[in-house]
Amino acid sequence: MFTRITSLIVKEFLQVFRDPRMKFVIFVSPVVQVLIFGYAATMDITNVPTAVYDLDNTKESRDIIRDFSYSKYFDIQNYLQKEEDIDYVMDRARIKAVIKFNRGFAQDLTGNNTAHMQIIVDGTDSNAAQIILSYSGTIIANYNAKALKERTEIFLKRKNVYPVVDLRDREWFNENLYSKNFYLPGVIAMIVTLMSLILTSMAIVREKEIGTMEQLIVSPIKPIELIMGKITPFGIIAIVQMVMIAVVGVLWFKIPCRGSIPLLFGATLVYLLTSLGIGLFISTISSTQQEAMMSVFLFYFPAILLSGFAYPVANMPGWIQVITTLNPLKYYLVILRSIFLKGVGFLVLWDELLVLLVMGAAVIILSAFRFRKSLG
Amino acid sequence: MNLGRTKAIFKKEFIQIWRDPRSLALAFAIPMLLLVLFGYALSLDIDNIPMAVWNQDGSQTSIRFLDNFKLSKYFNIIGYYDNYPAMEHLIDKGTAMIAMVIPKHFSKYIQSNGVAPLQVIIDGSDSNTAQIVLGYVNSIVSSYNQKFMKDALAVNSITNSTPVDLRSRIWFNQDLDSKLFIVPGLIAIIMMIIAALLTSLTIAREWERGTMEQLISTPVRNVELIIGKFAPYFVIGFIDLVISVLTGILLFGVPLRGSPVLLFITSGIFLTGALMLGIYISVAAKSQLMACQMAILTSFLPTFMLSGFTYEIFNMPKWVQYVTYLVPARYFIVILRGIYLKGVGMEALWPNILAMLIFSFIAVRLAIMKFKKKVA
Repeated sequence: MFTRITSLIVKEFLQVFRDPRMKFVIFVSPVVQVLIFGYAATMDITNVPTAVYDLDNTKESRDIIRDFSYSKYFDIQNYLQKEEDIDYVMDRARIKAVIKFNRGFAQDLTGNNTAHMQIIVDGTDSNAAQIILSYSGTIIANYNAKALKERTEIFLKRKNVYPVVDLRDREWFNENLYSKNFYLPGVIAMIVTLMSLILTSMAIVREKEIGTMEQLIVSPIKPIELIMGKITPFGIIAIVQMVMIAVVGVLWFKIPCRGSIPLLFGATLVYLLTSLGIGLFISTISSTQQEAMMSVFLFYFPAILLSGFAYPVANMPGWIQVITTLNPLKYYLVILRSIFLKGVGFLVLWDELLVLLVMGAAVIILSAFRFRKSLG
Repeated sequence: MNLGRTKAIFKKEFIQIWRDPRSLALAFAIPMLLLVLFGYALSLDIDNIPMAVWNQDGSQTSIRFLDNFKLSKYFNIIGYYDNYPAMEHLIDKGTAMIAMVIPKHFSKYIQSNGVAPLQVIIDGSDSNTAQIVLGYVNSIVSSYNQKFMKDALAVNSITNSTPVDLRSRIWFNQDLDSKLFIVPGLIAIIMMIIAALLTSLTIAREWERGTMEQLISTPVRNVELIIGKFAPYFVIGFIDLVISVLTGILLFGVPLRGSPVLLFITSGIFLTGALMLGIYISVAAKSQLMACQMAILTSFLPTFMLSGFTYEIFNMPKWVQYVTYLVPARYFIVILRGIYLKGVGMEALWPNILAMLIFSFIAVRLAIMKFKKKVA
């Protein structure tokens, strides 16, 4: 039995790697992807392209502009001369925010009145706009706190009026709020899932499409051996990819790996049961590779989008959250992020692992059953 | 070029698509699925943040301070605790996003004009969410502080004492509805995915099945073959476009402020480029598995990650920003958002339209050249 499985595994490897470009696709491209996407995948909003339209042009208005440009959040790129320029730069999406001061700003401020200023934000990207608004609000709140403190001190003739509540915040797990620490484990899940799904489903359907499946069936190999021989090589490839991406993440991007490495491997193996099983299942319901590929994406898109990779699950409507409990990728992602960032172990993660194990076993058994029927 | 022969290839390809109704159904199901997911399920807006509280003080002042959090829609106090381990566990499990500790003598500090240290612990795993949460906490605390100082000033009969009043105006998407931002961008994603998935396999399939040789031996010319292969998929892609536009307007209420004619013309240019890129891949790959991998690497992943759809381009490091210039969807997304939300036309969008024309032209040239070389 073992020799039959091994020979099938060898055949599968030979077939995949016969095209030398495939070596590049499988072993080099994940590293390239991580290197580029690791830099690109960030939801942090910094260096917002900003323009200034300062009609007041006084020390006070320039002070506030300086507060904006000293924060890493705003990148002041140009000073506008006319009102119409605002439309021009905003329409062309070159500038996301315009800070505007009217004449008399400094006069109001020094005269102990309320001075008005304006920020115009491109709301196209609602998320970025919200963050930009909150940044500008904070900058002005800090400025006000300082100014108010000075005024209070003068009026109360007392020195050192302190803020009443002093906020001391601490961020756990990802102290400097680097979003790459959050997204890189997700990139592992994304690449491993896609590769294992595509390779498994297309490789099996290919045999059907070009007619070599009949030859396999008439050979003495048993269905269960055929299944093992078909999914093992792709499982091995997926594990190798996972290791490569994790190594790049830890060495190059310096993401912490605080948890146990054996647990990482164990969890990936358990997860691969599900993802290879789904690949196998798709192969039993497809008759052409085109169909298999499209079916993979029909599963892959919702799996990625509803996993919490880019869009937090907690923000989704209730009934969608119920659906996400069926999403294996969601559990794998929780496990990956917990192992890398939180360093928690089996005791915290056992329920996620159990769910994955049950799902994996169910999917594999179901697909194996269907696979045997589709052979018969 | 002979119109009759082109039509014959077109018909053959169409029959082949028609015979694989599942693939055809998926070509419409995947865009619909993406639209529904993005329209209903995914949101980056953050509210109802689960918060754990340890009130060591318990005084009236501290309870009133907490009311500020209770009353804001952003926080949801999930419980009160009296030790660190309990709160640590909640954050480890992800049940609480933020833990707040109000120190002993909180009210005494405040009444004696001292500074009361307030401790908050935030789960920083998701740095983007953490930053927004921190911003909310900051603004609640600073408005509490300011109210205190203003009250002190009011005692001395000085009212109206906010130094700077920041008025923000949001253009193009006043309600900061993330749907208005996502749906137009999604059209580019859908076009690219469908085009690449469908055409990348079409010629590779002929190679793999050995029918390419038959096609070559017929009098049909290269250009006729490519156009005959291209046209049916252009029709499918265009139907997808119309579906997406209609769903966006009718179901999600995304306003189409600019010219629909310009929208369809620019989409046609983009679709042509994307389909031709798929055909180029298909000719170069020769096997369907390879074609599928190449399509994912060159079209799906860059479009999803580097086009500005998921992640803002201005946030990326400079060298990644240069890489994004090679991603055609980058230009198309600016055009789509410009036409939809800003209602601008040629005068603002011509550089992007020009870039897309160049991309499509190169893709057409490449496909035809590669084809000539392979066949000869």
